[in-house]
Amino acid sequence: MNSAFLFHFLQEHSMKRTAFALVLSLAAIPFTATAHKAWLQPSQTVIAGTDPWITVDAAVSNDLFYFNHVALPLERVAITAPDGSKAEPQNGATGKYRSVFDVQLQQQGTYRIAMVNGGLSASWDENGKPKRWRGTAEKFATEVPKDAKDLKVSQSVGRVETFVTNGSPNDTALKPTGEGIELVPVTHPNDLFAGEEAKFKLQIDGKPAAGLEIEIVRGGTRYRNAQDEIKVTTGADGGFSVTWPEAGMYWLETTSQDGRTSLPQARQRRLTYVATLEVLPQ
Amino acid sequence: MSKINITTQLTIALSGLLAMPAYAAELNLSIEIPQLNVAEYHRPYVAVWVEGADQKAAANLSLWYQAKDTKEGNGTKWLPDLRQWWRKSGRTLKVPVDGVSGPTRPVGKHALKFGDRRSELSKLAPGNYTLVVEAVREVGGRELVRIPFTWPAKAPQAGNAQGSSELGAVALAIKP
Repeated sequence: MNSAFLFHFLQEHSMKRTAFALVLSLAAIPFTATAHKAWLQPSQTVIAGTDPWITVDAAVSNDLFYFNHVALPLERVAITAPDGSKAEPQNGATGKYRSVFDVQLQQQGTYRIAMVNGGLSASWDENGKPKRWRGTAEKFATEVPKDAKDLKVSQSVGRVETFVTNGSPNDTALKPTGEGIELVPVTHPNDLFAGEEAKFKLQIDGKPAAGLEIEIVRGGTRYRNAQDEIKVTTGADGGFSVTWPEAGMYWLETTSQDGRTSLPQARQRRLTYVATLEVLPQ
Repeated sequence: MSKINITTQLTIALSGLLAMPAYAAELNLSIEIPQLNVAEYHRPYVAVWVEGADQKAAANLSLWYQAKDTKEGNGTKWLPDLRQWWRKSGRTLKVPVDGVSGPTRPVGKHALKFGDRRSELSKLAPGNYTLVVEAVREVGGRELVRIPFTWPAKAPQAGNAQGSSELGAVALAIKP
């Protein structure tokens, strides 16, 4: 997990908790942060009915898909319904290790269930004490002192998502928003089968993202002695393909960074993308 | 003698050519639901369909499932568990399908007969096809068997497949 991205998630969450300082220090250690994986795990991805329910777990962990580190906060759940409209998560709850929410699939077609996170974070020295700030470009001017010493500003855009189809799949909810890294399916994400090749494209801000390195890990890591990760890199058109070695729930992650920030003080923008994809047996 | 033979053969050949769609071909199928020694048994959901050479569904023949509402929801909720059928046909169908949908069946051999006047079989272009039978059982397993055949049949055809878990013997016989 990208540390800046994780930091945003955790910081926002922990603002409400006393463990803020602890989490902050964890997030600030690059090794600790990069070792963690954020994910959403739906109870099922292929379902049928007039208005069936699914439930989704949201967590950050080392092992897939086990709850053993921290919960992902629910504030930023964004669900896109098959007609492109917004759907609301229900029965949300956050425990020690995971959050959970339900989604009622009232439409036929594909739902995109995401946690979208982004914003600016700044750190500076104030009379010898480290200060941290997080917010939008608009608030930066008023909330961060103009003469802040050792000011470091970074921007991040992150998306953690999964896909669930009620009945026949469709593509409306899968249309890229044009912000950050996004997965553009060539093969539908709810049409994945063991032994078959699936094709996708990655975009950054709606444009093909060439040369992105992708890591794909199948769940159930506790019961094997290797990650068995699949590594692929996008081509010039942002495209990549993967042949699923076996059925299972797969975690896919890619990260990038660039200088396309919305604030001149922020020199770097960090981008992350995570998808949870279910591959079914033949 | 030889003259009669030639005439007869010609007549058969001509009538075959002219009347292809109305040709009285018949597809007979025997599907065995095996007896299983399990603690909790439910009759399987079964889908029977025909795939073309492109492995896409070309015709739905039978679909056995529970169409009733139960406290766990409508029985159609579990249709996606017939994974290959769901992917290739089910998810774009509106059930029940007239002449295809039916209730689940008990342990034993079930004989099914499909005439070519059934709309879906009659729509098949001449070519090589595969009959697919997929069965999935609640709290049980899933199995799928395939039997290749040619349609329409110029001569009688027979094919067999043997399931090993959720299906027993499956036999296909086609009469021209």
